[in-house]
Amino acid sequence: MSHNASIPHRLISQDVPQAPSLMRATLSSLWSPFNGFLEWFGELGIFAWQVMRAAVRRPFEGRELLRQLDEIGSKSLPLVALAGAAIGAVLSLESRSSLVRFGAKSMLPAALVFSIIHETGPIVTGLVVSGRVGAGIGAELGSMKVTEQIDAIEASGVNPYKYLAFTRIVACILMLPLLTLAADLFGIMFGWIADTLIDPISFTKFIHHGFGGTTFSDFLAPTFRTLVFGLIIGMIGCFQGMRTRGGTAGVGLSATSSVVLSSLFVILADVVLVKLILVFFP
Amino acid sequence: MTLPEQQILLDMPESSVTPTIENSGPKSDGQAVVLRGLHKSFGPQTVLNGVNLTVNSGDTLAILGRSGTGKSVLLKLIIGLQQPDSGSILVQGQEITGLDLQAMNEIRKKMGFLFQNAALYDSLTVEQNIAFPLKRHTKMTKSERRDRVKELLASVGMEGDLKKKPSDISGGMQKRVGLARALALKPGVLLLDEPTAGLDPITSGEIDELILKLQEENHMAAIVVTHDLQSAKTIADRLAILHEGNVLIEGGFEDLEKSDNKFVMEFMKRDS
Repeated sequence: MSHNASIPHRLISQDVPQAPSLMRATLSSLWSPFNGFLEWFGELGIFAWQVMRAAVRRPFEGRELLRQLDEIGSKSLPLVALAGAAIGAVLSLESRSSLVRFGAKSMLPAALVFSIIHETGPIVTGLVVSGRVGAGIGAELGSMKVTEQIDAIEASGVNPYKYLAFTRIVACILMLPLLTLAADLFGIMFGWIADTLIDPISFTKFIHHGFGGTTFSDFLAPTFRTLVFGLIIGMIGCFQGMRTRGGTAGVGLSATSSVVLSSLFVILADVVLVKLILVFFP
Repeated sequence: MTLPEQQILLDMPESSVTPTIENSGPKSDGQAVVLRGLHKSFGPQTVLNGVNLTVNSGDTLAILGRSGTGKSVLLKLIIGLQQPDSGSILVQGQEITGLDLQAMNEIRKKMGFLFQNAALYDSLTVEQNIAFPLKRHTKMTKSERRDRVKELLASVGMEGDLKKKPSDISGGMQKRVGLARALALKPGVLLLDEPTAGLDPITSGEIDELILKLQEENHMAAIVVTHDLQSAKTIADRLAILHEGNVLIEGGFEDLEKSDNKFVMEFMKRDS
């Protein structure tokens, strides 16, 4: 008995004419999210353009920028330092056993410093700041949007793109490299502590071995990368916040989407920028 | 306002700073706000369908109507937060549709806006909220600004709450601070979006009296959007009922009471 023979005739006759509509439904379900993504990207482009245009005109909102530098920079420092310290200690402990196995224990300081400065420090800082600052900006601006505070700023004759968005984006761009340096510093320090607890080594010797082979370009490229991370976090946080709709539920959605999207784009940017950096700084 | 709508205005140069607060009140008892054939739709939904209204300097017009009839949209069109699809908006004799941002901001300085929920900046204190437009659009010194803020807060009966945050004060007090902020630049036109919504009857009465007092002192034109017929009766010289995208009836309170239009009769009966 064929397979069709087991299917009732009623079902077969209904399935045949439905095939084109099924295909349409499938295509539509595939097109809809893609179309939504294109729309989102287009609106992000318009938003970025508005912020850039606002940025070159007076007044430059210095006081608000200082407030944001404190909010985004100083207040993220403890979390970033803690994340850096934890990663440094874990890297030291994990690398140690592998290096001992291959008889390359003396390479530990260099391996630790290299991995923290090149990759671990920047990406951990990027992701931690995405979580803390991305959510903060998304929720704050989202809340301002639904309570008409952004409209009130505009009604006062002040450009909200400059007062709210530009200051936060610039603060993110300026603070990310500094926070990354803090994460690197704490990572290396706690990497040394973890190492010296097992096999005592002086900090000077650890640093001397660790930074022995590093050059200026080893610092330059990751720093450039974190500037881009800052731009992504600030831009997406502000964009998602300022397009919030739908009351408190919308604010929650903006905060969540700010974190998810900025983390996603930080990871994507990391992959692309590492490739570019390897091309320009082989 | 959607991002493309904001782009129309924000594409333009930033506003300039004026040296001092010029009293932007009316120079003569002319027309402060004139709306002609105003249309506004959101997608397939037509909200305003050819609205015509005139508010003279020194007059208060109350706009009434059912929820969702475009009353708040009308105010947002006048302050330039939204753009009409077609029609004309004249503020103190100047056409504002299609203005660039610099010119629009100059017009905005002549208007004060009290939002439905006051829309105070919650990261700033009461004092900083009121000083916000003064700091942006005047060259007042810090002490001059402080004096002006104190004067404004005294006029709304809140001189003791300078350092409080908006979250530390009641809804009625927030409305008072919002009103003080709207009056900071001595506007010629005051736009009030449901000033008594969500307030108890006693506080509503206080806010009404305050609006009347300030309006008389500053001789401004005021447009008040409200659902509160009692409040409209107290503060407005004229009332207009917005229905199905257009002005159904306009006149004094007595004119509305005498109307034989079924909707107007129902509206007045429900609120009486």
